[in-house]
Amino acid sequence: MWDLVLEDRRINSLRLVAPMWNGRIRGIHRLGGAVAPEGNQKKKRTILQLLTNYFYDVEALRDYLLQREMYKVHEKNRSFTWLEKQHGPYGAGAFFILKQGGAVKFRDKEWIRPDKYGHFSQEFWNFCVVPVEAVDASDCDINYEGLDNLLLLKELQSLSLQRCSHVDDWCLSRLYPLADSLQELSLAGCPRVSERGLACLHHLRNLRRLDISDLPAVSNPGLTQILVEEMLPNCEVVGVDWAEGLKSGPEEQPQDTASPVPA
Amino acid sequence: MAHTGRTAGRLGEGDWDGKVSEIKKKIKSILPGRSCDLLQDTSHLPPEHSDVVIVGGGVLGLSVAYWLKKLESRRGAIRVLVVERDHTYSQASTGLSVGGICQQFSLPENIQLSLFSASFLRNINEYLAVVDAPPLDLRFSPSGYLLLASEKDAAAMESNVKVQRQVGAKISLMSPDQLRNKFPWINTEGVALASYGMEDEGWFDPWCLLQGLRRKVQSLGVLFCQGEVTRFVSSSQRMLTTDDKAVVLKRIHKVHVKMDCSLEYQPVECAIVVNAAGAWSAQIAALAGIGEGPPGTLQGTKLPVEPRKRYVYVWHCPQGPGLETPLVADTSGAYFRREGLGSNYLGGRSPTEQEEPDPANLEVDHDFFQDKVWPHLALRIPAFETLKVQSAWASYYDYNTFDQNGVVGPHPLVANMYFATGFSGHGLQQAPGVGRAVAEMILKGRFQTIDLSPFLFTRFYLGEKIQENNII
Repeated sequence: MWDLVLEDRRINSLRLVAPMWNGRIRGIHRLGGAVAPEGNQKKKRTILQLLTNYFYDVEALRDYLLQREMYKVHEKNRSFTWLEKQHGPYGAGAFFILKQGGAVKFRDKEWIRPDKYGHFSQEFWNFCVVPVEAVDASDCDINYEGLDNLLLLKELQSLSLQRCSHVDDWCLSRLYPLADSLQELSLAGCPRVSERGLACLHHLRNLRRLDISDLPAVSNPGLTQILVEEMLPNCEVVGVDWAEGLKSGPEEQPQDTASPVPA
Repeated sequence: MAHTGRTAGRLGEGDWDGKVSEIKKKIKSILPGRSCDLLQDTSHLPPEHSDVVIVGGGVLGLSVAYWLKKLESRRGAIRVLVVERDHTYSQASTGLSVGGICQQFSLPENIQLSLFSASFLRNINEYLAVVDAPPLDLRFSPSGYLLLASEKDAAAMESNVKVQRQVGAKISLMSPDQLRNKFPWINTEGVALASYGMEDEGWFDPWCLLQGLRRKVQSLGVLFCQGEVTRFVSSSQRMLTTDDKAVVLKRIHKVHVKMDCSLEYQPVECAIVVNAAGAWSAQIAALAGIGEGPPGTLQGTKLPVEPRKRYVYVWHCPQGPGLETPLVADTSGAYFRREGLGSNYLGGRSPTEQEEPDPANLEVDHDFFQDKVWPHLALRIPAFETLKVQSAWASYYDYNTFDQNGVVGPHPLVANMYFATGFSGHGLQQAPGVGRAVAEMILKGRFQTIDLSPFLFTRFYLGEKIQENNII
């Protein structure tokens, strides 16, 4: 195996298409360009990116690879409503979550999680008459279409969408059917959720605990926290520290240093 | 007998040395590394041939260009040229728009267009993805529209909501009590019914959509030109209808594009012209000879689109409605929405026919806010009794004086001019759907996905108004 050095980055033959396989979050963004925060500081380019400026064929190839990435996410979020006839809405929704890699908890039962190979115990089909109480969809690729399946779980009480890279403001506007039962919601670490999506959560009047920590797309976390607390008076809003504006870590965007002023 | 003298005499010309140095200069300029002075530099001019010329580079024109390239049967099949007079878009309705999108219309076609546009905006980074460019951030606020109706409009609102639900929009109806419960800052006096859009409604950044479309469309190979269309060169043909009446059919062959700040123009030979000039569409139509004829005939039917000025005001109100505020449209026609996190709001009101301001320029009339907008807002939202106007701007609606709905499709007599204009304030939210419809009409000959036949030009001659009841 021989190494190529290109702009002080060691590239071997496997790395030519590495950006696509390097984890789900960076897949589309790396092909798309400069969104990932670490990409902004160092202008590293792969061979394919360099050749795109010279050859139409390479540009078409990268376009195709990008489309294929997007197609994979759509495949994961295809509709499972056909399962509803046989196993009921709770079974269909739970199957969707388990297939994505998340965990479900039926009422009065234990959490069901898939193992690292994606296999999960098939006995949950027997639980399907019991409503699903909690869903942990952290690090899953759920997007707007996939919410069709999630919204089948009418009596959901706790939902965790931590670090879901495809959950954005549009998805949050779709959560209102769960307003009667949802009590706990966690959106920590979702890169596409901004304060505009948080504004739609006012429909969830039974919400008791909301986690909005570590949202990079929110422009002013301190002020957003105050406004969300005003919007949801019965809810405990967790996640943003008053000293947020004074800290600046390597992953956070530069914050306003003004302390929050009461509205 | 000197040799030099004889050769000079035989050639019969005086300035041999001058000629030689000219020839030497020409040869030197052809050699690589020097600028070639033999041919004039025409890089600023549009191409001499183009299959489709789109007049107007706003969101509707770019949407048509995008869908033409998306739906073409083979890569590179259609050559498209977009002619835009002002690349800064200083007066274009797109950039100055409030940016709202809603499905609360009374016509099923309008609802379908808005639904498709919402799904287009939702998946904008799949539709408009360009390799190596950052994804677009539309800054969409999915807060919805809240329309309030008084006693006399309540029945119409209910039937509208029924149509909207049938087409697939998610609208909920609220009584005054439910309204007070949900939004305690509203004064429900005089409100009999309210309709609230739960999904796919809100507002976004129109400039981002415009730039995204431009970027994508350029990467697909569409050419842009900054210039003004001054003339159409067309040919006519006299034909007889089945009733033996004479009809003159016209076909545009060339478009004269005049360059900015100069008299230079380029005749562009084209097959199809798309009129997406927004508030100035009527001038383009007049250039093509539409409306030159005795009134009451098809030849004499003008394009009834004219520019109408609308004002938008931005104000600050510290105790105003909170983060959950939708775009509220009052019974009086006044509307407002939140802007950002800092208790700023923007809104306005459509003037009545008598109050119409002069569209000659984009100057803002601040008295209009004091007299015609603020009283209604303060009545509906008591918190707005104390507010401070920060700024304001004006923009044009491409107002269709006939029935306030868009004109889409070909002209019956000027066979190759297609319209995509006249949307009277909801052009931005319907642009993706309309662009697709016009592209289908051009490429396939008929509307395939959304049937916009009620929006054709012929309705102006036949007098078939398709009235839209919910115009903000």
